[in-house]
Amino acid sequence: MLSFILRRLVIAIPTIILISVFVFTLQKLLPGDPVLAMAGEERDPQVLEFLREKYRLNDPIPVQYFTWIGNALTGDLGISLRTNQPVLELIGEKLPVTIQLATMAMIFAMVIGIPAGIFSAVKKGTVTDYVANVVALSGLSIPNFWLGIMLILLVSVKWKLLPASGYVPLSEDPLRSITVMLMPAFVLGTALAATLMRHTRSAMLSVMSSDYVRTARAKGLVERKVILKHAFRNALTPIVTLTALLFGELIAGAVLTEQIFTIPGFGKLVVDAVFNRDYAVVQGIVLVTAVGFIFMNLLADVAYVLLNPRLRKQ
Amino acid sequence: MVQESDPLPSPDTGSDKVLLEVRDFSLRFRGAPSDQINHVNFSVSPGKTLCVVGESGCGKSVTSLAMMGLLPAGAATIGSGEMIFEGQKLDLADHTAMRKLRGSRMTMIFQEPMTSLNPAFRIGDQIVEAVLAHSDASKSEAEDKALAILKRVGIPAAEKRMRDYPHQLSGGMRQRVMIAMALVNDPSLLIADEPTTALDVTIQAQILELIRDLQAETDMGTIMITHDLGVVAEIADTVAVMYAGTIVETGPAERIFNDPQHPYTIGLMSSIPQLSGPRGRLATVPGMVPTTQNMPEGCRFATRCPFAQPICAKEPPLAPLEGGHAVACHFAPLETHLEQSA
Repeated sequence: MLSFILRRLVIAIPTIILISVFVFTLQKLLPGDPVLAMAGEERDPQVLEFLREKYRLNDPIPVQYFTWIGNALTGDLGISLRTNQPVLELIGEKLPVTIQLATMAMIFAMVIGIPAGIFSAVKKGTVTDYVANVVALSGLSIPNFWLGIMLILLVSVKWKLLPASGYVPLSEDPLRSITVMLMPAFVLGTALAATLMRHTRSAMLSVMSSDYVRTARAKGLVERKVILKHAFRNALTPIVTLTALLFGELIAGAVLTEQIFTIPGFGKLVVDAVFNRDYAVVQGIVLVTAVGFIFMNLLADVAYVLLNPRLRKQ
Repeated sequence: MVQESDPLPSPDTGSDKVLLEVRDFSLRFRGAPSDQINHVNFSVSPGKTLCVVGESGCGKSVTSLAMMGLLPAGAATIGSGEMIFEGQKLDLADHTAMRKLRGSRMTMIFQEPMTSLNPAFRIGDQIVEAVLAHSDASKSEAEDKALAILKRVGIPAAEKRMRDYPHQLSGGMRQRVMIAMALVNDPSLLIADEPTTALDVTIQAQILELIRDLQAETDMGTIMITHDLGVVAEIADTVAVMYAGTIVETGPAERIFNDPQHPYTIGLMSSIPQLSGPRGRLATVPGMVPTTQNMPEGCRFATRCPFAQPICAKEPPLAPLEGGHAVACHFAPLETHLEQSA
């Protein structure tokens, strides 16, 4: 198991290098001068030149890359051109917010999506199955921003049940922090719930026609046990893999939801950095996201092995 | 769920006890134009083996799955007939009652040992689960029972094997585990659906021998579903030959082998390769089994039968001959008929 994880980590290294080169090059190809964005109204060539020197923007691009990646390896992702804060610090501030949002959204998605998927697989071809599929399709089709705005209108403005926006750190007041984030997490989770439901349904359908499920019935087990133990345990592999990958996507994809509910998360950081040509921050964010994604992938692979006795012993 | 019913004497074996009797049983799949199982009759006695023989798609497996209540809900409707098990009528619609019988009184093993065990659970746990599903035994009592039966079916180092996953066992070992799982609750009826088809020839013989030994020990009745006449010769007390959902011939094994009366059975028998005698092309039964979509009226074998006559448009009844032998053919017994027409 340990050697498996190590092997996967070694394979991840070239991926990360490739991503870093790609991001760095792309940034350089984008139109717009970060120094101009930084200097604002100031157009004095001497000031601009000073800034270029300061941020080493005059070095050849490969040198710039190696400086950046070398520093990144020591945990130094550079300094934000805009706020003068270290990039790592900025990310460290915003990432937990988004992780909390993504985790809560994922819980919503799993609690809704997985049971719905099992249920519609068991009731395949009935009205229940049909209704569940229609609901799932609506979940996928309704745009996040629309659902978010509607929920704010109803739950916050009309019924005054939950706050419309804002963020309270988990460490400050856990209960309040969770309450404030309920609505955005639900909005973010619905589309995922639909995806999870569809995948759970198809995974369940494929295992439910398998021979060992027939054996479980032939043993005289109650149907609940046949479904939840013998079938679901084998359908779990694709579901867990999907969940891990979706979670990686959530971190990157929370941008819109964070904008609607004005949550000071990762998404907002990305948007601000891109608009302000804050190279260092954009690069840092992409690198961290990529590493996070690779980590979730690794987690999915580990789960895959743990769930599958055939792979475990090898 | 159950109604009292007089146990019938078995016409086939001479034994006066009948474990399972299937009477005039018909079943049709949803949307099919004709019956998949057409007025089937057979019975099994305790300690005896009934072999149901026939080509693929003739309805052997469907009949056994129906008996176990394992056909998918709503997939088929029962047209006629009844099944009497241990003197009581089976109510196939009563899912709870059928579930309680399954795995305890009547059990089943399948063709594919490679895929019939759940790959995610240890084999010991899968057997323990079968015990616990039907009794109030404690976990450790169930484990003892599982270990004992694994030893009985010939699993070497059974204590260690209990903790193995199915993929760590060979096909023959897995079929032994399936047999252990089926027998752990001392059933009175074992339905074996082609249990040796997927195995090597040497393993086949071992598995058949194991089933026969266990049967002798426990007085369990067995329905062996197979298309392999070698298996039938090896293990059968009585034989029911099935063709396109009907039983065309039934009787004691030696009579079916030595004196087959139905043209289809005769065709089957002559397709067995012989070691002695002149060599030639292996005989086959020409044509294909008709599907429910194009089932002929009357005798279902008529389209492939070398003796077919206009009368075959009428369905022949399963008419008794001597010695528990019965044939569904207008021309039985064949000898008399051939003499008459000569």
